[in-house]
Order: sequence, then structure tokens, then C-alpha cells
Amino acid sequence: MIALENHLPVLQVVVPMLMAPLVVLLRPRGLAWAAAAASSLMSLVIAIQLVAGVLSGTDYSYALGGWEAPYGIELQVDDFSALVLLLVTAASSIALLAGKASLDQAIEQHRQPLFFSAWLLVLAGLAGILVSADAFNIFVFMEISSLASYVIVAGGTDRRALPAVFKYLIMGTIGATFYLIGIGLVYMMTGTLNLADMELRIHEVADQRPILVAAGFITVGLALKAAVFPLHVWLPNAYTYAPHAVSVFLAACATKVSLYVLLRFDFVVFQQNLLGHELQFAAFLMPLAVLAILVGSAVAIYEYNLKRLLAYSSVAQIGYILLGASLVSIGGLTASLLHMFNHALAKGALFLAVMGLAMRFAQLDLRNLGGAARHMPWTAAAMAVAGLSLIGIPGTAGFISKWYLVDAALDKGIPGLALVAVIVAGSLMAVVYIWRIVEALWFAEETENTPQGVREAPAAMLALIWLAALANIYFGLVTELPRELATVSAESLLGHLP
Amino acid sequence: MEFLGIYHYWVFAVLLMIGFYAVVAKVNLVKKLIGLSVFQSAVFLLYITMSKVSGGTAPIFQKGEVDQIFSNPLPQVLILTAIVVGISTTALGLGIVVRIKEEYGTIEEHEIQEIDRR
Repeated sequence: MIALENHLPVLQVVVPMLMAPLVVLLRPRGLAWAAAAASSLMSLVIAIQLVAGVLSGTDYSYALGGWEAPYGIELQVDDFSALVLLLVTAASSIALLAGKASLDQAIEQHRQPLFFSAWLLVLAGLAGILVSADAFNIFVFMEISSLASYVIVAGGTDRRALPAVFKYLIMGTIGATFYLIGIGLVYMMTGTLNLADMELRIHEVADQRPILVAAGFITVGLALKAAVFPLHVWLPNAYTYAPHAVSVFLAACATKVSLYVLLRFDFVVFQQNLLGHELQFAAFLMPLAVLAILVGSAVAIYEYNLKRLLAYSSVAQIGYILLGASLVSIGGLTASLLHMFNHALAKGALFLAVMGLAMRFAQLDLRNLGGAARHMPWTAAAMAVAGLSLIGIPGTAGFISKWYLVDAALDKGIPGLALVAVIVAGSLMAVVYIWRIVEALWFAEETENTPQGVREAPAAMLALIWLAALANIYFGLVTELPRELATVSAESLLGHLP
Repeated sequence: MEFLGIYHYWVFAVLLMIGFYAVVAKVNLVKKLIGLSVFQSAVFLLYITMSKVSGGTAPIFQKGEVDQIFSNPLPQVLILTAIVVGISTTALGLGIVVRIKEEYGTIEEHEIQEIDRR
């Protein structure tokens, strides 16, 4: 066990990546799903071990092939990456376990091995981004996960997914290419690709202008990938028309991994080296964050398609995460990372409940969902619980991060009050759109479009939906784990600030 | 003459913008993908030119020669990887275009939007 312990960072990537080609060969019915779910669960176990190790103070640094950094490629896991790793592997596992019945509907039997193989590649790519400490390696893993996620988003039966994926592909590739230009410029000036080494060497660069340009390219490129307003246009349709289980997986974690790289680059590599970078970072991202919260929530209020409503709400939630980060204070960043965790919980649970509804209702239009709560009360109740967490009602996970966010904003004095007003306005708008869902499910009359014989979602799926919903309450009451990870990561990212 | 001295950066910037223009302005999905390829190729050129050392040769030690100058091989290796990524992206993009053509009967962006609105 001791020997394996040292190899955990690389196993996090290797397990799903090696399983991906094997899964293609598993033709018998259901076997591909079982293998994918098993390797996803194994990744989750590895991630839990990494989190436990990080919390007890282990420093995971892994030299691939025995080549020491900065010459070789280094893998590194700290509190920040462990937190996001936990999210990614948990989201993938629960989406796969709960999504069996839904995916059987959406994907024909003979295409399933290929689909699950692509799913595992997404998981491997996202995990790779999180463990890697090498800028170019991050690019490669980013493209692995993106290319595979285009495949799984387009994997369903809805043809409208195809134009959505095409847009996603174009914008995703532009974002990744911008990132590539950025690390090219940094490499040109410093001659290194290792993030920690970059941080030290940028000091020595006499002409800072290429680094400044690189910072711009990297920030914008990653903002595109993370669907930061107004670069979010690929997100709503991609989430709406993807197979429901894929929406659960990607909505809970895909954009957060890009945000992870964004924060890591801006706070670790550039912050200490570029003059006035904090101000530029804040001045660039804070207005976008505020707009994202207001516009995303406002659009969600007027949306009738349930999945697209939740997707626009995601745009708004990315705004909260960025708002915390753009305060450039330890409190703000802690709130931001906590919200990453809590939003994944809430949105994951909401999309799981949507998947449950979709088992019985073909049309996920709010106007056609009348009477849903009468026939499937448990699914509808889980959705209400997760919705409360998204709003930020005390006692749910969403409340904790919003509380921290308000607290951090108030530290900024008078301008902070304006930000608090934005947060409150965004939450009130969330009340409105969550209420519209609750109203449609619980109080609306059945229409002629209501399908016959609606009954509760399958038991196994329902159990996992409730597991996710109860996690929202659990982490709203017992907050140690995410809080400690978020605080330590924020301190290590911004430790140099007064 | 400073302008000409760094001409390869101009080639990079101009190619990048030509590709970007095609991605943004063309409504035909295949043309968009062509633009995307040009866009990516421009970045390959940025990496290749930065690795060039004037008078440098391929980094292979030769017997008897002492003070050789080598070009930096690392960016070329990086870009080999990036080219593979670029090809996969184009291939997947074209695959999606084929599926769109099967489902919608057109690959013009505005016509697809019109069909979806119906």
C-alpha cells in the first residue's frame, strides 16, 4: 500500500485512460457501462485518498518517468486540485451510476461501448488537467477532455445537439488555442513549462511585455473554456441538448476545471510577477462577474425549457465564483472555491432530478410538466431541496458559500456594498426561477400534453438523486471538509498578499 | 528595418487573424473549420520560429565538432503534439458536419437555425 500511495497522482489519470480503449471491446449488453462505472468509482476512491492525504499534510509531487522537474513533467496534487478532483470524480461516478436507465434510452446498444469510452476519456482529461504541474501538459489534457466531451454531448438522439456541439467545438478550440499562444509566449521568454519554475523565472525577464500579452491570451482563452460571460454562448445549448446524464456530469464540473487553471495561472504564475496584475485581474473580471450574475439569472427567469433554464443559472453561478476570485483577497478566494464545491452539489442534484423527470416526461418544457409532483413526488421534492441550495437558503450548502462571499465583499468597504447588492439581487432572481420550477411541478394543472401512466423515477436512480440532494443539506450543516480545503488552497494561492 | 526583422511574427499575426475572420464571418460550417485550421496553424508557426537559433542546426552531437550551435528542439516536439490535437479537432469537426448534413440536409448556419426555429 505504501508503494501505491506514491503513485496516486498518476493513477488518477491512468486508470480511466487505460480503461477507455478496453471499454470499446466490451460488446455484451451493459458490460461497457459496468466497466466505466467501476473505473469511475475507482477514480473516486483515489481522489478520496488524495484528499485525505492532502488534509494530513502530504505533499504529492510526482516526477513522470523519473525525470525531475523542471526538465521532466511533474504531477502535483495540493488542496486546490484535490478539492476539484473530488468534485470531478464524484460527479462522473454518480452520473454514471444514476444514469444507466436514462443512457439506455438515449444511446443505442451497439454505440454504448464507444460512448462510455469517450466518457472515460473526459474523466481522464479533466483529472489530468488537475494533477499536472506542466503548462503544456495541461493543454494536451484539456484538448483530450474537450474532444471527448464533444463526442458525449452529441451522443444522444436530439439532433439539435449537433449544431450546439459544433459551436462548442469552435469556441472551445479557439479558447484552447489562445491558451497555447499564451504559454508559447511565456516559454519564449522564460524557457520553462513547469508552473512553479515559471513563477520564479518570470522575475528574471527584463522585458515584461510578452508576459503581459501572454497573461491576456491565457486569461481570455480559459475564460472562453469556463463560459465566463459574455463568452458563455456555447454553454446553454450544449447542456440543454446533451443526454441527461452527460448534463449532470459536465454541468457539475467541466467549467470548474477551466476556472481552476485560470485561477492557478493568474494567482500563482502572474500575480507576483506582473506589476498591477491584481488590479487588472479585478478590473477585467469583476464587471464580467457582475454581468454574468445579473444577465444569467434574468435570462433564466424567462426561460421555459427546464434544462436551458438551469444552464443559464450556471452562467450566473460561474459569475459568483469569479466575483469571489476577483476580490483578490483570501476571504474572497475561499468563498469562490467553496462556491465551486457547493454549486457542483446543487447543480449536480438539480440535473439528476431533471434526469429523473425526463424518464417520464419527453418534453422538459415548464408548461408541460403540470402534475409531475402528483405522480413523482420524491423526484420533485429532491429538485426543490437542490433548488433551495442553489438559492442559498440557510441550512443548505449554497448558503455557506454565499455567506462567505458577502463577508468577503463587505471587507472591501463601500464598493463592497454594491457587490453585496448584486449578490442579493442574483439570489432573489434565483428565488424567482426556482419558484417557477416548483410551481410547474407542484401547482400547475395537468395539460393534454401530460403523458399517460407517469410514475416515480426508477428506484436506483431515485436513491442517487436523493443522495445528491441530501449532500446539499449535509454540507450545509457540516462544513469542515470543503471549508478547510478551500481555506488552505486560498492561502496557498494568495499567501504572498498582506 | 525593425519591422522586417521580426517579419515572422507578422506572418503569425496575419495568419491568425485570417483564420479567425473565417471562423467568425463564414456561415458555411466547412469553411469555418478551414478557418479554424488556419488559426491553429498560425500558432504552430509561432512555436517553430521561436525555436530557431540563427546558424543553429538539428540538435545531434557529431564526432569531432565541438562548438556547434543547436536549434531548440522542444518547441518542435510540443508543436508535433499540437498538430495531432489540431488534426483530431478538424476530423471530429468534419464528422459533426457530416452528421449535421444527414440530419438537417444543409451545412449553412443560418438555414440550420431556421429549421430549428420551426
